[in-house]
Amino acid sequence: MPQAELIVLPAELLAEGQHLMTVCNACRYCEGYCAVWKAMETRLVFKESDLNYLSNLCHNCGECYYSCQYAPPHEFAINPPKTLAKIRLHTYELYAWPGPLAKAFQNNGLLVSLLTVVLLTGSMAAGSLMMGGRLFEPVHDGNFYKIIPHSVMSLTFGVVGAFAAVALLIGFLRFWRNVGESYSTLANPRALLRAAKDVLTMTNLDNDGDGCSYPTQTSSESLRWLHHLTFYGFLSCFIATTLGAIYYYVLGQHGPPGYTSLPVIFGTVGGIGLIVGPIGLLILMQRRNRDIVDKSQSGMDVAFILLLVLIAVTGFLLLVLRQSAAMGALLLVHLSLVMTLFLTIPYGKFVHGIYRSGALVKWALERSRQTKSKVAA
Amino acid sequence: MTDGLSGFDVLVIGGGNAAMAAALSAREGGATVLVLESAPKDFRAGNSRHTRDLRCMHDAPTPVMSGAYTEDEFYKDILSVTGGKTDEKLARMTIRASTECTEWMKQYGVRFQHALGGTLQLGRTNAFFLGGGKAMMNSYYAAAEKRDIKVVYDAEVVDLDVVDGEFRSATVLIGGRTVKVSAKAVVAASGGFEANLEWLKEAWGPIADNFLIRGTPYNKGKVLKRLLALGVDSVGDAKAAHMVAIDARAPKFDGGIVTRLDCVSLGIVVNNKGERFYDEGEDFWPKRYAIWGRLVAEQPDQIGHCIIDSKAMGQFMPSVFPPLEAQSIGELAKLMMLPVDAVEATVKAYNAAVQPGTFNHETLDDCKTVGLHPEKTHWALRIDKPPFYAYGLRPGLTFTYLGVKVNERAMALMKGGGRSRNIFAAGEIMVGNVLGKGYAAGIGVTVGTVFGRIAGREAALEALNCEDRVVAKEEVAHYAAS
Ligand SMILES: Cc1cc2nc3c(=O)[nH]c(=O)nc-3n(C[C@H](O)[C@H](O)[C@H](O)COP(=O)(O)OP(=O)(O)OC[C@H]3O[C@@H](n4cnc5c(N)ncnc54)[C@H](O)[C@@H]3O)c2cc1C
Ligand code: SF4
Ligand code: SF4
Repeated sequence: MPQAELIVLPAELLAEGQHLMTVCNACRYCEGYCAVWKAMETRLVFKESDLNYLSNLCHNCGECYYSCQYAPPHEFAINPPKTLAKIRLHTYELYAWPGPLAKAFQNNGLLVSLLTVVLLTGSMAAGSLMMGGRLFEPVHDGNFYKIIPHSVMSLTFGVVGAFAAVALLIGFLRFWRNVGESYSTLANPRALLRAAKDVLTMTNLDNDGDGCSYPTQTSSESLRWLHHLTFYGFLSCFIATTLGAIYYYVLGQHGPPGYTSLPVIFGTVGGIGLIVGPIGLLILMQRRNRDIVDKSQSGMDVAFILLLVLIAVTGFLLLVLRQSAAMGALLLVHLSLVMTLFLTIPYGKFVHGIYRSGALVKWALERSRQTKSKVAA
Repeated sequence: MTDGLSGFDVLVIGGGNAAMAAALSAREGGATVLVLESAPKDFRAGNSRHTRDLRCMHDAPTPVMSGAYTEDEFYKDILSVTGGKTDEKLARMTIRASTECTEWMKQYGVRFQHALGGTLQLGRTNAFFLGGGKAMMNSYYAAAEKRDIKVVYDAEVVDLDVVDGEFRSATVLIGGRTVKVSAKAVVAASGGFEANLEWLKEAWGPIADNFLIRGTPYNKGKVLKRLLALGVDSVGDAKAAHMVAIDARAPKFDGGIVTRLDCVSLGIVVNNKGERFYDEGEDFWPKRYAIWGRLVAEQPDQIGHCIIDSKAMGQFMPSVFPPLEAQSIGELAKLMMLPVDAVEATVKAYNAAVQPGTFNHETLDDCKTVGLHPEKTHWALRIDKPPFYAYGLRPGLTFTYLGVKVNERAMALMKGGGRSRNIFAAGEIMVGNVLGKGYAAGIGVTVGTVFGRIAGREAALEALNCEDRVVAKEEVAHYAAS
């Protein structure tokens, strides 16, 4: 694997991060909010790798900023969500594989995504027409595979999916090594379980049920709920796809699944989540306090959200219109969107989930190490 | 001109914890309330924005404090830090009222850390705000806005019109314009005068130039000064102050908590001449940090230098500025710009006087010196393991004690007996009534909350029933007679 240490934080950003952590570690007033603060308290010096870890542990809620007596215009100019977001963005580039793709994407996330969708749709349409496919005629049983043969579909998506999975895995392992862990420390079921709970419930945004300062200073649960809709919507669609494959290969059902079949139910539930959740998140994003947002990320964020919503919408349209003449075109657009999502996943907003989960696993490990040393002392 | 700021029932001067407690409490009492805060919005809430906890009595564990902290124990603590300089009636009243503070604050959205969380060992006696004092104050301000309390920022009260102990109006500077604001009652919650450099110099002489102010630059004591000039009785004297030793590189104002240095008891402290001047290990640091401000203030140029070696590193709360570092004491002295020979001699004599013992920073251990002047009586380890480190120390002024005298209903008492009918005071501006000297962590916010609530309630009563309040009239007569 290429050495991840090749790219380093720009000097000013490193200095900004270290200044932040030096002030905060001498203050510690925020220790009740989230894991960042408790993890900070176990450290005395903040190396680049510590900042990379802490920045991915931050859920970007804003509580600490509003509470900070040193926030600008104070001369210490402490702004944890913004500084950590900048460092976090940098880590996305640092860990991504292959790196150059990440950079291209991060700089123009929205444009790259849209271009990819158009290119894919165009080439699939051309391919299908050249091979004599009946793109613009109704398919009466609504069977997608009459537009694109099953073998082609599963082969292309298999390849792209595998690529995305490998890229994510490499990214994760780079993160894991970079923040000072070894592969063996991963094999800790208790820590994994603890982290899973933190990920699945988003404990760090809870504050005893009050929620957090996202998108504005007044505490609210909206970020958490909309993220849950998005996350579980995504998961549900993923399950739907997997079930679809099982139906095809294991149960030998080669026709389109019925409205009451499990894949359709999971897909529908997930699709609703993927429409409501991301649109809600987009609305929250627009209402955020500009002072704590790292603007350079919004293209990447919007691209991801847009893809999710469009995939869900075209998915629903496909379900309803699968026996009409629009099905062929819809299918191509839908598949291109999904393919684009897969292709951009390792370089886009999606990775926040990978590294944040990784950071939470490390945090779970650090907690168990602390408890151990306390017992020993 | 009035700008529509007159005609409120209760005027609250200040924007810190005491002020907002008074404002919310006056609103509970049905009064319309105007708050005038001299700071701009970004720096609102005075010293309260720098706090982190308050001290509360409780007979059993609460969601935010562990164990029990009884009235008697609390009162004993007050007696011990003040050396008996307290008003027992006011102190016990404050202690009992402190039991309600956290629940009352929660009603207004203030959040607390869980009882067992936190880095300090104060989890039993003190409740810690989630996110610290600024978060607490943000909740208060949000609650005030919801309840139609009018808050004006950048509004400094520069004068008061008081006739025979009765408040008529305040003169306020708002954005460079002078506005006269009248109200039926007033709560003075504008803090001490710690940010008034001229007044400090009057009290302390030229050495005050070297004081650093830990909190807000807006507590200039203008309201306090006017009240005292208008015949309100005073408590404490102008030199009474909470002063700690902080990092010499701290900003002149508003450096807050991060500039504190907790390494004194782990090393030695020398003055400009390279000489030690006080027992660094006299008692646990939390019990001693508040005398070191004064000790440093008494040294030439009001500066001290704490010297530790690498054994001490990591044993105290990290501080915000990096220490000076050198491989030998001589080099370190050069970096500190101190006489090299003198510092080397001091360290050498100290090292030679250190007795064998078992170091334990958690107890008053047996590591001490013998034959030194002054001795170091605990935690005395040789300073011999390079690299060596040094931090400069300056007096850091937290707040001043000189204040207005009040009764248990937060009413300002007049010189020569009697009390004001409609002037009330809460917070730092009257904390000297409870603490004649000394300090125990968290009492400032407790006094501000307790007296803020009382002042707000009484001011509302006064404003709403000023014509026919029999009790109030009797009360006035009572104080006039005594
Ligand atoms: C760094 C630091 C940490 C501290 N930590 C704690 C702690 O953890 N617990 C604790 O109990 N105490 C602590 N204290 C002490 C504590 O700050 C005070 O005891 C308490 O907050 C005082 O509250 P207050 O409302 O009386 O004054 P402040 O909070 O100082 O409020 C005074 C207000 O009056 C305004 N004002 C001043 N003059 C005028 C004027 N002329 N016109 C209009 N407005 C005016 C100011 O702008 C300010 O908003 C700390 C102090 C400092 C400096
Ligand atoms: S964000 Fe501000 S209040 Fe919170 S720990 Fe850091 S310095 Fe302290
Ligand atoms: S923004 Fe929220 S999640 Fe991030 S460090 Fe601050 S409190 Fe924690």
